[in-house]
Amino acid sequence: MPEYKVLIVEDSPTMRQLISFALKRLHGIRIIEASDGVDGLKKLSAEKFDLIFTDINMPIMDGLKLVSLVRNDASYKGTPIVVITTEGAQEDRERALALGANDYITKPIQPNKILDLARNLLNIA
Amino acid sequence: MSTEEEKGVHGRAEEFLQIFKKGAEFTHELMKENERLRFRVMELEAAQQEWSGAAEAEKEKGKLLKRIYELEMEKEEILGHIRQVEAENQNFALRYVEIEQENNNLANLYIASYQLHSTLDSKEVLQIIIEIIINLIGGEEFALMLLDEKANELQAVSTEGIAREDVPAVKIGVGIIGQVAKTGENYFVEDVLSYVPDLQNPMVCIPLKIKEHVIGVLVIYKLLVQKSSFTELDYELFTLLAGHAATAVFSSRLYSDSERKLTTIQGFLDLLTK
Repeated sequence: MPEYKVLIVEDSPTMRQLISFALKRLHGIRIIEASDGVDGLKKLSAEKFDLIFTDINMPIMDGLKLVSLVRNDASYKGTPIVVITTEGAQEDRERALALGANDYITKPIQPNKILDLARNLLNIA
Repeated sequence: MSTEEEKGVHGRAEEFLQIFKKGAEFTHELMKENERLRFRVMELEAAQQEWSGAAEAEKEKGKLLKRIYELEMEKEEILGHIRQVEAENQNFALRYVEIEQENNNLANLYIASYQLHSTLDSKEVLQIIIEIIINLIGGEEFALMLLDEKANELQAVSTEGIAREDVPAVKIGVGIIGQVAKTGENYFVEDVLSYVPDLQNPMVCIPLKIKEHVIGVLVIYKLLVQKSSFTELDYELFTLLAGHAATAVFSSRLYSDSERKLTTIQGFLDLLTK
């Protein structure tokens, strides 16, 4: 069975745990957590990931900057990125999608939506 | 032979010939009749065979009709089973969705509870409460008010979406917030959609209780755009927050106090031992 590596970049431990908990229900998923954009970039340079979840509002480096940097990295050109936003933050969401994010989820987070997105982006039946 | 005798012989021969001819004709007729009768016998035999075949066919038809009826009954029974299985399948699918939802709810409650008790730092505890309200309940504007026992009033210690200074202090028993703190009962507006934000009259007010002792309240004024009503999980989370957030806040405060006291005592001891 293939193993998929998923990176969760989120400053809130509650959100990280929530996303991680939902994703663990898929078989063959390994989850790595990062608490901000810089931490996320470090983890991305250390190993290859199949899917990235990132919050937009984070200290040190926000999610938009992270999306832009990841998309400019040749080795991560095709890696799906999902941004985490609030329903009201439409501008941020549109910017993230324009920068190359594949999809978005809004707060409050629904575990089923995370699962559906992950299944779809990782092509898991 | 004389002419007379010759004539007599000829006459008898003629007579015999006539008799023979008649006999031949009669035989011929007999043969024809025999042929006709044989043909008739064959006809009768064929008719009899046909008749017995029809009776057999009728019997067979009866058997087949009975079999059709039996098969029809069997088909109805199988269709009934299929309908029953389909209904059971539908029930299972619904039950699966329910269990899935329950599983998600339990996971959310577990995470909220786990996070609330993951630290003894009071600032972190307040931050976690805020995160739970934003990420799990979908609150956009809300305040966490704690009881100042000396002043007997509730004061905002942490807010989201509104300035802390804008949230007025509330005396116990005064207004909706004061009443919630006094009675320890949850408060929800009846219609979330038509609610107009008002700092004195919140949308939701949840007392933070340790047993029956209220140490503060959680006040929500506005929900995220996509949140139009409260779900079953939200009420569970409110109940969980009422208890777990209260103990988390209380224990972190006790811990801060004991840390401060320990530092003071250590300071005195250092002074005495110098």
